[in-house]
Amino acid sequence: MPILAVIAALLIGAVILLLMDADPIEAYKALYEGAFGTKNTFADTLIKATPLLLVGVGICISFRGGVVNIGGEGQMIVGGLAATALALANPDASAEFLVPACLAASFVAGAIWGGIAGVLKAYFNVNEILSTVMLNQIATYWMIYLMNNTLIDPDQLTAASRIPETDRLPRQSDLPRIGPWLDSLYEWLGLNGADSTRWAPTLLHIGIIVGVVFAILVWILLWRTTLGYRIRAVGKNPRAARYAGIRTKRYMVLSLLLSGGMAGLAGGVQVLGVRHRMSAEGGAIAFTGNAGFNGIVAALFGKLHPLGTIPASVLFGALLVGGNKLQRTVQVPSALTTVLISLVIIFVVSSDLWSRQRARRRVSSASAESAPASSAPPAAEMDRVG
Amino acid sequence: MIQELLDSSVLIGIATSGIRLATPYLYAAIGETFGQRSGVLNLGVEGIMLMGAFSGFWAVYVSGSLFFGVLAALLVGLLMGLGTAFINVTLKAEQGISGIGIFLFGLGLSELLFQQSFDSVVTVRGFPRVNIPVLSDIPVIGEVFFRHNVLVYVAFALVPIAWFVLNKTTLGLKIRAVGQNPQAADAMGISVARVRYFTVTLGGMLAAMAGASLSIALLNVFQQNMTAGQGFIAVALVYFGSWRPFGVMAGALLFSTVNALQLWVRTKGIDIPAEYASMAPYLLTILALVFASQRVDQPAALTKPFERGE
Repeated sequence: MPILAVIAALLIGAVILLLMDADPIEAYKALYEGAFGTKNTFADTLIKATPLLLVGVGICISFRGGVVNIGGEGQMIVGGLAATALALANPDASAEFLVPACLAASFVAGAIWGGIAGVLKAYFNVNEILSTVMLNQIATYWMIYLMNNTLIDPDQLTAASRIPETDRLPRQSDLPRIGPWLDSLYEWLGLNGADSTRWAPTLLHIGIIVGVVFAILVWILLWRTTLGYRIRAVGKNPRAARYAGIRTKRYMVLSLLLSGGMAGLAGGVQVLGVRHRMSAEGGAIAFTGNAGFNGIVAALFGKLHPLGTIPASVLFGALLVGGNKLQRTVQVPSALTTVLISLVIIFVVSSDLWSRQRARRRVSSASAESAPASSAPPAAEMDRVG
Repeated sequence: MIQELLDSSVLIGIATSGIRLATPYLYAAIGETFGQRSGVLNLGVEGIMLMGAFSGFWAVYVSGSLFFGVLAALLVGLLMGLGTAFINVTLKAEQGISGIGIFLFGLGLSELLFQQSFDSVVTVRGFPRVNIPVLSDIPVIGEVFFRHNVLVYVAFALVPIAWFVLNKTTLGLKIRAVGQNPQAADAMGISVARVRYFTVTLGGMLAAMAGASLSIALLNVFQQNMTAGQGFIAVALVYFGSWRPFGVMAGALLFSTVNALQLWVRTKGIDIPAEYASMAPYLLTILALVFASQRVDQPAALTKPFERGE
């Protein structure tokens, strides 16, 4: 079903392209080439996919837990700020300390930012959709303040241009590049035959691996642990969960906490892996690249399953990278990719109805034949709750 | 600073811009009130605002006529409202998420069209200030309330109209019934879908007007993402105002006055960093939501698609 959503979005995109006097086939070819054409562009696609994956995995937790976290932007920002501040404060620390510590700090900062929305929802009855939107704005202004004052690069203070950005972070905080490893892997597998290009010169960093590892961890958390079962139970039916003895409010907070932490981590990975400094130049969107929202799209596209979010993120990363190429070759503003992504999200949520109805029909026809086993949770899981 | 703030001309200035800045919030939030009263949360207001802002701006730029500007915005709002209704009512999409889709759609398409239509930043001649005869001559009050452009007056006029429609007409009764108990409304022969299509489409048109009030009345330019979160705040104001037009207006005025105040603080270069001042409205909204949510319950069917016989 999600594939149909992409096709439908691309078809509407083709109409828009035709209206703009551009050749859709040439445009989409440019988009594909721009995303997957060479190892370099494929590396860019994976780099762009990384924050989508991390945010998206967090979104899986929150949506499964029945809370709508649209504060990914703000959580990314505070995550990035935490990693930046820690790295700048420890210019002489070793890489073995600095990289994990900065990533952990970004997770914690994002978790706090998400947790605030969780506490507001659980204990003060404030709609989390609204509070996370407000927290996005607050984080943005906080970042702009820090970039202009506390954290500004001392050189920029005296420079005429006075760009609101930090100094370059200490080199030990850079996320390791994985290009050379991939090259040895290719060599070992004998894949380097005719293709003489290498991964080594690409900027591909370890973030994508971090993302995949977290996707697996969150999958285990949600479907293989009691904690995850309870998160999902609260999301499915909070009242039933409460009767089963689950403290629903705590799990609401926990869902937003973990979800925010993942977005915070995405912010930290962006700083340590891509930018190597934080900057308010171009506004918050220049830092997040809208990943706080696009991560939601990736998660939905992956059916709110952490493992499904992996390919979904690569797809949307490709759209983003290819969109830039589109702009250069066929002179169509790259804002077209925002439109395409929005159409995908609209089609995916809209087609939910059909998949739901089909599922219902299947359940009803199945239950006509056998006992209604599918509607009740397995007995073993019920025991764990009690 | 306090001395300076208490100066009457400064106070009048802040109050006047507070009224003016409330305009986009009023259009968007009053429209959203109708939708939410009928049980539909449209989170895509921001995107519809951007499209309204662009289409209004474009039409004024091309035709030179403000009338066509308003017409274009209303038409685009109508289309986007119908689309939103189709997604949320007919296709029963999860409203928190479809709204993000509509927001991104408006954000992307307005930027795309803007870059395609204009090479550089241009301005238009927007709605001029209209001094209401006699009333505008009253000292203080005249200056604060009666020297604005037409869209400001219309925005404030919408508040009692919305109150009247929601509380004193059959249509309002239907809207409230559909939002509170769609099953019962359905049993009484009210078409839940038709009522929700009406409110969401109306909300879309008013959201587009909110955007146009920025691009052809308050600022007279269009920039990508020029609404900068105002549509989301408008949605929050509906909660803050407990789904009542006058409550929404109080929220809009509080919000815009704090905004005007922080703009004044910024120009003064006073000790408070400008960024912290800019944060204030958002912090205030969160605090306001904490208090508002203790008072009134939301429409019972809000965000719940209607399924007959369940």
